[in-house]
Amino acid sequence: MTDMTTTGRASADASARGLELAEHVLDLVQARAADAETEVTVRQGTEALTRFANGFIHQNVASEINHVVLRVAIDGRNAATSLDGPADDAALTRAIDGVLEAVRVRPPDPDWPGLAPRAAAPDVEHWDEATAAADPDGRAARVRGFVDAADGLETAGYCSTTAVHLAFANSAGQRLTGRGTAANLDGIARTPTADGSARKASVALADLEGREVGGRAARKARDASDPTDLEPGRYEVVLEPDCVANILTFLLVHGFNGKAVEEGRSFARLGEAQFDASVILRDDVTDPGTIGIPFDAEGTPKWPVDLVRGGVTTGLLQTRRTARAAGTTSTGHAVEGGGAWGALGANFVLSAGDRSAEDLIGGVERGVLVTDFWYTRILDPRTQVVTGLTRNGVWLIEDGRIVRPITNLRFTQSFVDALGPGSVRGIGSDPAIILGGWDSIFLVPSLHLGSWNFTGGAKG
Amino acid sequence: MDDIAIAAVEAALAAGAGYADARVMEIRTESMTARNGVIESLDREDRAGVGVRALVGSSWGFFAVPDVGSTAARRAGEQAAAVARASRMVAGPDLRLAPQAASTGHWDSDCREDPLSVGLAEKGDLLEAVTRTMLEHGADLGEASHRVWDTRKWFASSEGTRVDQHIVECGASMSATAVGEAETQRRSYPGIRGQYGTRGWELIRELDLPGNAARIAEEARALLSADACPSLDATDLILGSEQMALQIHESVGHATELDRILGWEAAFAGTSWLELPKLGSLRFGSELMNITADATLPGALGSFGFDDEGTPAHPVDIVRDGIWVGTLSGRDSAAIAGIPSSGGAVRAEGFDRIPMVRMTNVGLQPGTDSLASMIAATEDGILMDTNRSWSIDDKRLNFQFGCEVGWEIKGGKRGRLLKNPTYTAISPRFWGSMDMLGGRDEWVFWGTPNCGKGQPQQIGHTGHPAVPARFRGIRVGVTG
Repeated sequence: MTDMTTTGRASADASARGLELAEHVLDLVQARAADAETEVTVRQGTEALTRFANGFIHQNVASEINHVVLRVAIDGRNAATSLDGPADDAALTRAIDGVLEAVRVRPPDPDWPGLAPRAAAPDVEHWDEATAAADPDGRAARVRGFVDAADGLETAGYCSTTAVHLAFANSAGQRLTGRGTAANLDGIARTPTADGSARKASVALADLEGREVGGRAARKARDASDPTDLEPGRYEVVLEPDCVANILTFLLVHGFNGKAVEEGRSFARLGEAQFDASVILRDDVTDPGTIGIPFDAEGTPKWPVDLVRGGVTTGLLQTRRTARAAGTTSTGHAVEGGGAWGALGANFVLSAGDRSAEDLIGGVERGVLVTDFWYTRILDPRTQVVTGLTRNGVWLIEDGRIVRPITNLRFTQSFVDALGPGSVRGIGSDPAIILGGWDSIFLVPSLHLGSWNFTGGAKG
Repeated sequence: MDDIAIAAVEAALAAGAGYADARVMEIRTESMTARNGVIESLDREDRAGVGVRALVGSSWGFFAVPDVGSTAARRAGEQAAAVARASRMVAGPDLRLAPQAASTGHWDSDCREDPLSVGLAEKGDLLEAVTRTMLEHGADLGEASHRVWDTRKWFASSEGTRVDQHIVECGASMSATAVGEAETQRRSYPGIRGQYGTRGWELIRELDLPGNAARIAEEARALLSADACPSLDATDLILGSEQMALQIHESVGHATELDRILGWEAAFAGTSWLELPKLGSLRFGSELMNITADATLPGALGSFGFDDEGTPAHPVDIVRDGIWVGTLSGRDSAAIAGIPSSGGAVRAEGFDRIPMVRMTNVGLQPGTDSLASMIAATEDGILMDTNRSWSIDDKRLNFQFGCEVGWEIKGGKRGRLLKNPTYTAISPRFWGSMDMLGGRDEWVFWGTPNCGKGQPQQIGHTGHPAVPARFRGIRVGVTG
């Protein structure tokens, strides 16, 4: 049993040590280049993931993190370097000398936005001491529960825990520390003819109950078994949260991302009713239901941003560089190494509705219930046409009832059109945390959409 | 660094492991991106640490530390064994690793011009210049980048293997985007992912980015006013070698990864439509189809001296005369599948990631035709090249791929430009329809630097020797 008091004190000390290291790096740079604009991020912690397949743990990994990122600018000439490994003075000095050498041979960057000014971050902390102290037994126990609940079905998936302390310091006086934990149990159960998935993510490992998640996956798999083909075409759909998070990933990267807008690749037009009137979307790391740390890689606080309100596009996400180009301010969405991609690192919250899963299905005349999307790829960012497949449980709905499981389908669909005016027929009351790519977190419910373009069966 | 790896292995054994191995890695990377005539980012990384695998009973554990000291290495070894013990709570069947004679040795990749020694000013000038050229020739957005990886690794196992390697990889890419009223069109060079290899800066010089910048910008602009690829249920399809590399990677490489076939990736990357009892007899494609996985190809991105289990690189036949004959494997997957020895295809992204089955250089052996002869022999068809989108199901059976550019083929001649070309098919039917294959002089060792797999996800570097090819009766022009 972990001594929580001791752990909590150690955790607070870790944040302070991270900031001390960041400030030490600032001092080392300052001693070599007094005119440098410098920002330093220190990320420390642990990450662990216990993976299972065929009903047993086949990969079980854990690692310590000690990551220092340094960006230096002199007269607009700038470069960045990062260090994983011992952060002693010898290693830091090598890194600093290297980045200063790079800065000196570079031409001035006319778009250099300067450093983040001093500003407080939202007073929010998605942190759980027990999760930070989680050991491999805690993860393995949840896998055991998942496998047992599948009651003989094949299973596969993972249970992960992460605990991260982040410290930021720049030569403009900005200082921030934050910390976050996350735990995720995500897996499938498999019958000979179908897979079913279930997942749960939380700030706390204690919120994940292996038998509950495994039981859901097993029910899905059994209900999805012996599927038959459905003729491709346009159908209503009920999309579960993982599908909805997938849609929002494309809207983020190719739409609300200020860089995509600047380059003319985005569909987003501020002030226009581009979505159904029921869509309320915001970026909000302060929502108590989500996870994350409330500042970005440039040290800009992440305050909530309304992106869509009443179907009208009302906001965009910005880094310091994209904000400068747009004549606005950063929203705190820079990610490390993400300069070429623009504003990412979202905490999207799609407002939940009042429909239970049964209500959503009950509202469908003839349509398809989809558990997960798979391998979605964009064909054109401007129109948001995406192709992908269904996965882990698909069913035909007729007259408000599930009538049979169906085989996986390929779709080719504009994601922005799918959520367009008049297209959203129901919003679920089941928001779930979905861990996405690009350092993004989604808190999203299920959706009933009026039309989805299935362009082929998975068998061709 | 051998002693650090050995210390980690010894600590894992002392903590109860029956087998252990350790990799000490030092990785230096550099990436530079330019956009519209301006260097947008210059990032360098230095990464160093130790990753240890421990096998306790039939259960694996892995632990990594961002440190290369002996104390940290021993801690990693002990923790790896502790993680393995926890795995026994949900233990699998007995596991004996496929036999592998202990190796010792050193390997260096080919590198004539150290890419980290080339001046940053020269690199910046190159990238800025080509993006400016693209703007001058019709692009709304010109982007270019280069990336370099310089990796040193020392491997030790409890069976006596002691090997170390120095692998230098680099490459570059550029793209021109034209923005229209309601769409964007893009042309990339040399391909959507650029071109990468286990080579030095000489690779980037050979690519001749400046000589191709104007052309791709003009092509991107022309695509905005081009006709859309028609929707046809069946036509003859000719693919250029860059798209063929993607085709091989997605529908052959991943499908023949033994961990996928065994179900180890079922929840994420997926499984495979291939079933082990059919190994050696299943027809994967036409008789023209010969695929090998060969980590010994000089300069190809998936080349190395030893994989991350210490198995020496060697070629493996995957498809011979259209019949599926081999898999991509490691010591544990081979043992469980009843395959006598590892295919030497296990690698990890860094010291902090567990080695897993990855493609090496999975490529198509060349034929005797050429792109020109394929066009001349096609009465009615479409030529597509340069990958734009890629989507394939979790069994690697059903795919829909899109390309940046297409041309109509009529009466044996290349005709009008076509935009948004896509094609879709089922893998064995598609490969079974292949009836013409480019020759050795059109054989390109394409490099893919961004293959995602595993949880936590790892980005792998893979190679794909490819030539142009023709396929018959393919559905094209699927639209949303």
